[in-house]
Amino acid sequence: MSAPGALRTPWLPKLVVAPSFIISFCFIYGLIAWNGYLSFSASRLLPNYEWVGLEQYALLWESERFRVALGNMAIFGGLFIGGAMALGLLLAVLLDQKIRGEGLLRTIYLYPMAISFVVTGTAWKWMLNPGLGLEHMVQQWGFAGFSFDWLINPDKAIYCVAIAGVWQSAGFVMALFLAALRGIDDAIIKAAQVDGASLPRIYWRIIIPSLRPVFFSTLMVVSHLAIKSFDLVMALTAGGPGYATDLPATFMYAMAFSRGQIGLGAASATVMLATVAAIVVPYLYSELRVKK
Amino acid sequence: MNFKTLRTHTRLIALAGALACGAAQAGELEVLHWWTSGGEAKAAAELKAAMQAKGHTWKDFAVAGGGGDSAMTVLKSRVVSGNAPAAAQIKGPSLQEWAKEGVLANIDGVAKAEKWDELLPKVVSDVMKYKGNYIAVPVNVHRVNWLWANPEALKKAGTKLPTNWDEFFVTAEALKKAGIIPVAHGGQNWQDFTTFESVALGVGGAEFYKKALVQLDPATLGSPTMEKVLATFKRVKDYTDKNAPGRDWNLATAMVIKGEAGMQLMGDWAKGEFIAAGKVPGKDFLCAAAPGTAKSFTFNVDSFAMFKVKNEGSQAAQKDLAAAIMGPAFQELFNLNKGSIPVRLGMKLDKFDDCAKTSAKDFVDTAKTNSLVPSIAHGMAVPSATEGAIKDVVSQFWNTDKMTAKDAQAKLVAAAKTK
Repeated sequence: MSAPGALRTPWLPKLVVAPSFIISFCFIYGLIAWNGYLSFSASRLLPNYEWVGLEQYALLWESERFRVALGNMAIFGGLFIGGAMALGLLLAVLLDQKIRGEGLLRTIYLYPMAISFVVTGTAWKWMLNPGLGLEHMVQQWGFAGFSFDWLINPDKAIYCVAIAGVWQSAGFVMALFLAALRGIDDAIIKAAQVDGASLPRIYWRIIIPSLRPVFFSTLMVVSHLAIKSFDLVMALTAGGPGYATDLPATFMYAMAFSRGQIGLGAASATVMLATVAAIVVPYLYSELRVKK
Repeated sequence: MNFKTLRTHTRLIALAGALACGAAQAGELEVLHWWTSGGEAKAAAELKAAMQAKGHTWKDFAVAGGGGDSAMTVLKSRVVSGNAPAAAQIKGPSLQEWAKEGVLANIDGVAKAEKWDELLPKVVSDVMKYKGNYIAVPVNVHRVNWLWANPEALKKAGTKLPTNWDEFFVTAEALKKAGIIPVAHGGQNWQDFTTFESVALGVGGAEFYKKALVQLDPATLGSPTMEKVLATFKRVKDYTDKNAPGRDWNLATAMVIKGEAGMQLMGDWAKGEFIAAGKVPGKDFLCAAAPGTAKSFTFNVDSFAMFKVKNEGSQAAQKDLAAAIMGPAFQELFNLNKGSIPVRLGMKLDKFDDCAKTSAKDFVDTAKTNSLVPSIAHGMAVPSATEGAIKDVVSQFWNTDKMTAKDAQAKLVAAAKTK
């Protein structure tokens, strides 16, 4: 009785998958290849195909603005990924204690994920603005010496972006971890308790290690969010003050779309792709190898 | 990617269209513009009515969103796919960049018939030409080197409008003592750059400005005058408030309107904000040339580039559009709404306010004395890539307190080499 139709029409599954395969092939891999080609061209305002070799990449690495963007990527990426995962795990563990009102709390923590990064950015822009938000409020309370002006300080502004990003994503990470925590067999925990293990020890030695697959998939989701971050920066600081909070994505946008340097923009996009690939490919490789 | 095939297709369709219509002189006119806010939209509607009166159909290609970055992205994709609009709002050296791609139409015919060469100052008409042929029609002139001030605030501080940069700092100091924010500023890179441009013109003069910021002469960029310009520019920052970063220019103008701040350095579009708030020029607010720039003029001219279209009807419509834009009726109506001045010389200015009259007079005078210079901060002086690189340096210098004028100058010289 097992799917007799499959024998009669062996081409059907292939046919069904074909359109999406073709579409993703053209519009993802095709465009990646086109972008790659443009990064070796002298394209300015419009794409052209005059081959200039690695010239755009040389320009890119000479550009101080791009180096700032890469530095910011490292700071923002590290804090965002680390912060969201740590905070998300902590929230999940706390929520897992069979507390009252868990459903409500879970929803509250998860809600930031439901709004767009643009809204997050704008709201945090107001909260972090010294004359409008937190600093102003605390000073009004009477602490006149209080100062929190990271948003307008070129050396600190990138941390504001990380704070807003962590706020947005921690709830989502929490939901992933919570689901995994619920999936752990109670019998193991009970056995550990019988053996006299303390609660922190159970978490540290048994539960968290068994979350390993979730760690990896969460890391994938959060790190690609970090690398493609664009809207958050645009709404929160627009890359400013100056270009202090530029990220590779905002750099690419500025070069390709407002400055008529499509070749340079394409080169920076390729560098971003390589960064993502450097994270994703080893992961996929290890995952797929395990499954064999 | 299939550029050629697409083009052939368009050609075939256009040919079929032409055959079907015969030699119809009425055509469709698709216009890309970002005149979407209040007064501007009204002026655009008038232009549309004028075109419809001639039997053409007008198709708006309005893209909301200020500066036009998003509009440019849409335009690029349309042009690459061989489906360019008839006209698009493009200005400054970008016109040359587009013309270099070979997609703009030659409108010398209209220009000759309407005697544009006599109606426009040469510096302006040069911007509208590619290899000696007109490819675009200018709409208006914004003067960028303005200083706006609140007379109440100046009175309270017992000081007056400055006419040079030394006086500017005296005035600013007096305002500060009176508890008023001396300079309303919005810390966005183009606003930093606008301020820089006015300082460069005021401290160095028109000759210096042209050499340094239009011709990008490395020796001038590296000269002691430029170092003085940078130092003066940075001094202005001491008189802005600490919430400036990220603030929009119109909010900065609002601070001057409300008297929270004393002065603002901004182009004449700021006037629209004062007028909209019901303020009267000369009485409720003052306009003056930025310190030290009374005898010079940084211009920011909006223009429409005409794209190559195949359809004969559209070509005729394009010509009518170009003639109408340069016509006195539209020039008056549009500029009254926009707060700028007509680009067409020799117009009657009875309906314009005092600030605009001063501006128009200086426009004519400075054109004669060679001190009419293109604004670098508003995309009139150098190609967009170079402009962007210089803007980055200026904005970084403004925002980084530990950077010295000397460091900034070295970076400026390097940035000017960006091609």
